[in-house]
Amino acid sequence: MVDQPRAKAYEDDERSVERSEAFSVNRTERRSLYKKREKIFPKMVSGTFRRLKWIILAVTLSVYYLTPWIRWDRGPNLPDQAILLDLPARRFYFFFIEIWPQEVYYLTGLLILAALGLFLVTTLAGRVWCGYSCPQTVWTDLFVAVERLIEGDRSAQMRLESAPWSAAKIAKKISKHAIWLIIAAATGGAWVFYFADAPTILHDLFTLQAAPVAYITIAVLTGTTYLFGGHAREQVCIYMCPWPRIQAAMLDEDSLTVTYRDFRGEPRGPRRKNKPDESLGDCIDCNQCVAVCPMGIDIRDGQQLECITCALCIDACDNVMDRVNLPRGLIAYDTLANVDLRAHGGKARVRLLRPRSLFYLGVILLVGAVMLISLMSRSVLDINVLRDRNPLFVTLSDGSIRNGYTVKILNKDYGEKQFRLSLEDMEGAGLQVVGSDPDSLTVKSDRLAGFRVFVTLPLSKLDDESRPITFVVTDLSNGNDSRHDSVFRGPDQ
Amino acid sequence: MARIKETDAVTGVDTTGHEWDGIKELNTPLPRWWLWTFYACCIWAFGYWLVMPAWPLVSDFTRGYFGYSSRANLTEQIAEAQARQSGYLERIAAADVEGIQQDPELLGFAMAGGRSAFAVNCSQCHGQGAAGSAGYPNLNDDDWIWGGSLDAIHQTVVYGIRSDHEDTRVNDMPAFLRDEILTRDEISDTAEYVLSLSGERPDQAAVERGAAIFTDNCVACHQEGGVGNQDLGAPNLSDGIWLYGADKASVVASINTGRGGVMPAWNQRLDEATIKQLAVYVHSLGGGE
Repeated sequence: MVDQPRAKAYEDDERSVERSEAFSVNRTERRSLYKKREKIFPKMVSGTFRRLKWIILAVTLSVYYLTPWIRWDRGPNLPDQAILLDLPARRFYFFFIEIWPQEVYYLTGLLILAALGLFLVTTLAGRVWCGYSCPQTVWTDLFVAVERLIEGDRSAQMRLESAPWSAAKIAKKISKHAIWLIIAAATGGAWVFYFADAPTILHDLFTLQAAPVAYITIAVLTGTTYLFGGHAREQVCIYMCPWPRIQAAMLDEDSLTVTYRDFRGEPRGPRRKNKPDESLGDCIDCNQCVAVCPMGIDIRDGQQLECITCALCIDACDNVMDRVNLPRGLIAYDTLANVDLRAHGGKARVRLLRPRSLFYLGVILLVGAVMLISLMSRSVLDINVLRDRNPLFVTLSDGSIRNGYTVKILNKDYGEKQFRLSLEDMEGAGLQVVGSDPDSLTVKSDRLAGFRVFVTLPLSKLDDESRPITFVVTDLSNGNDSRHDSVFRGPDQ
Repeated sequence: MARIKETDAVTGVDTTGHEWDGIKELNTPLPRWWLWTFYACCIWAFGYWLVMPAWPLVSDFTRGYFGYSSRANLTEQIAEAQARQSGYLERIAAADVEGIQQDPELLGFAMAGGRSAFAVNCSQCHGQGAAGSAGYPNLNDDDWIWGGSLDAIHQTVVYGIRSDHEDTRVNDMPAFLRDEILTRDEISDTAEYVLSLSGERPDQAAVERGAAIFTDNCVACHQEGGVGNQDLGAPNLSDGIWLYGADKASVVASINTGRGGVMPAWNQRLDEATIKQLAVYVHSLGGGE
C-alpha cells in the first residue's frame, strides 16, 4: 500500500485544500530490483489536460473500433473494405491504394514515416505520444475509468483494498474484472476486423464459423489487453517498453516536458492563506500531484524515466493554486532551458527550429517525397521475365538457337486486359508463346499470369555466346508498355 | 550440517548458512513466476508422458492415450492427396493424349504431374531440363528420332527403345567396322559425306567417295540425302543436331559400332495416367510436333 487510506482536510478559511499522504513509488529508499509492484490508486482530477485526454481517448478508440467498418467500392470481385490486410490473398487495401506483396516497401515507408514523425514530435513536445496517444496509455485510462466507476475514487479504492472480503467487495471486484474483460475482448475482436471483411467475420465470430486463428488472435489480445491495461499498467511503461530509454536520444533542453518550477515552489510546506510565510515557497506540499499520477511518481523529484508527461499533475496543481490564490503554473509544460532561465529571472523563449528538429523534418520530407513520387508513378502493369536455366539454350535442327523464358505479366488493374508481347531490336528473331498468340495475351483483373515463351534466333545473328534481349509488353487498351531486360544465350563461339 | 536460520540484517533475506571469510550467501528465493512456470512445466511433462508416445521399451514404445504417430499422419496425408488427385488421374487415364492437351484443367494437372514424374524417372538420362547429353536425346529440340507427335512420344514412353518389351521400338544399325562391312578408309569417307550434309567440308574427294558408299549402305534407312526416317527410327543426318557429337570422330564411332541406345518400356513401371502426363509434358518442352 502506498499510503494511508485517508485524506485529511487542510482547513484554509472558508475553502479547503485536500491533502493526500501520497508517496512516489520510485523514491530512492523504496527502490529495489526485487521489489513487489506497489499498487497505484490514481486520484480523479479535472482540468484542461484531463479534458484533452478524454477527447483524445474518444478519438483514438473511435478510430480503432470504427475504421474496419468504412466501406470503399472497388468494383466486383474485390473487397469493399476501406482498410483491409488480406493475408490469404496477399493484398493490402488502403482506400484507393492496393498493395501487392512485392510492394510491401510502401508499408515499410509508412512505418519509417511514423517513426520519424514520432522522433520529431518527441524532439519538439517531449513524450506526448506516451502521455496521450499510446495504446497502453489510452486503454489504461479506460480501465482506470471503469475502476473508478465501480470502486470509487482513490481513497475509496484504498479502503476497499484493505477491507476484509465481503459480498459487496466480491461483487465489486467481479463486476470490475468482467467489464475489463469485455473491453479487452472487444479490443481483440476489433483487431481481426482489419484482416477480413468486418460484417462477415462479425457474423462468423458469433456463429462460431470464423477461422481458429481469428479466435486465437482475439484470445491473445484479450489476455494482453486485460493484463496490460488492468494489472501491469505503469509496469509496461517502466520495464517493458523500450521507448522511454530510446526517447532520451531525441530530447534536449529545448524539448517540452512537464516541469516543477522548484525555484518558485521550494522550500515547500503547508501554511495558511493570507498569512504569508516568507520562509516558504509556493508549494504547499498537499501531494495532489503525487496522488493523481498514474505512474505513481512525484514530479517534484525532477525529470524521471517514469514520467509519461500526461500532465494530470498540472491540472491537480493548478486547481490547488486557484484555491489558495496563488498563480497557476507551479507545475507546467516547459522546457528545461526555460526553467533555468525563469529561475534566474530571464525571459522564456521558444526554440522550435533547432538542428535536431530541422534534421528530422528534412528526413520526413525526403522519405515522404520519395514515397509519394513512387506511389504516383506506380504502374498498374508489371512484367517479370525468368530465363530458362536448364537447358540454357536449345539447338534446333536448322541450326538456329532457341531460348526459353517464362514471362509473367501482372495486371494490377480492376479489369481484364489484353497485352501484346514483342521484342525490341531483335531482327530475324522468332517469338512463340505456348498456347497463346503473342499479339493478344489475356490477363484477368488483379491477377498474375505466366506465359511460356520461346525465342528463336539464327546462329548467324549471334555474334557472341550471349546477347541482351528486351521484352516489351504493351497494354492494348491504352498503349502503355513495360520493358524487361534479359539475356539470349547460344553456344560458345 | 545443522541448519541455523539466520536473516541478513541489511536485506531482510535469509542466508544459506554458508560462510567464506565472513562473506555470507543470501538465500534469495526464486521469483514466484519462475517457480509457477516450472511447476506448470512439470505437470505438463507428466501429462505429455501419458497422452503422447514417450518412453522407449525393449522392442516397442509407449503409445500414449492419444495414439499420435507422425508416420500414421504421413500415410493418412498421402492417402488424402491421392484421393484428391484420383478424380484427375481417372480422367487422364480415360482420355487420349490429344484430349488432355485440349482440356486446360487436365493440361495444368498433367504438366505438373509430368514434371515431377520426369524428375523422378527420366532426368537420370535425359537431364533435369530434358536437355539430354551425348547418347541421350535432347527433348527440347525439334529433332525427333522416333517422331515428336503426342502419340509418337506416348508410344516411345510406353514401350521403350530396344527394351525387353515385345512391342518395343527397335532397329539395328550395323556395326560397319566391327562386322567388317566397310574398311576404316571407307568409313572415314562416309563420315566426311555425312558431315557434308549439314555443312561445308574441305575434302571434296573424300565426300564424293563417301557419297557412293552412303548410297550403297545407308540410304535404305537414312534416306536419300540423309534426311532420316522416323518410322524406322533412322536419325536425320542432314540437320544440325547430333546425338553422339558433331565431330568426325563421333560420327566415325557411330558407323563403326552402330550405337543402339536403349530406353526402358515404362508401362512395366508406371501406370497409364503417369505415362500420359509424361508424354504431354515432354511434348510441351518446345519441340513437340
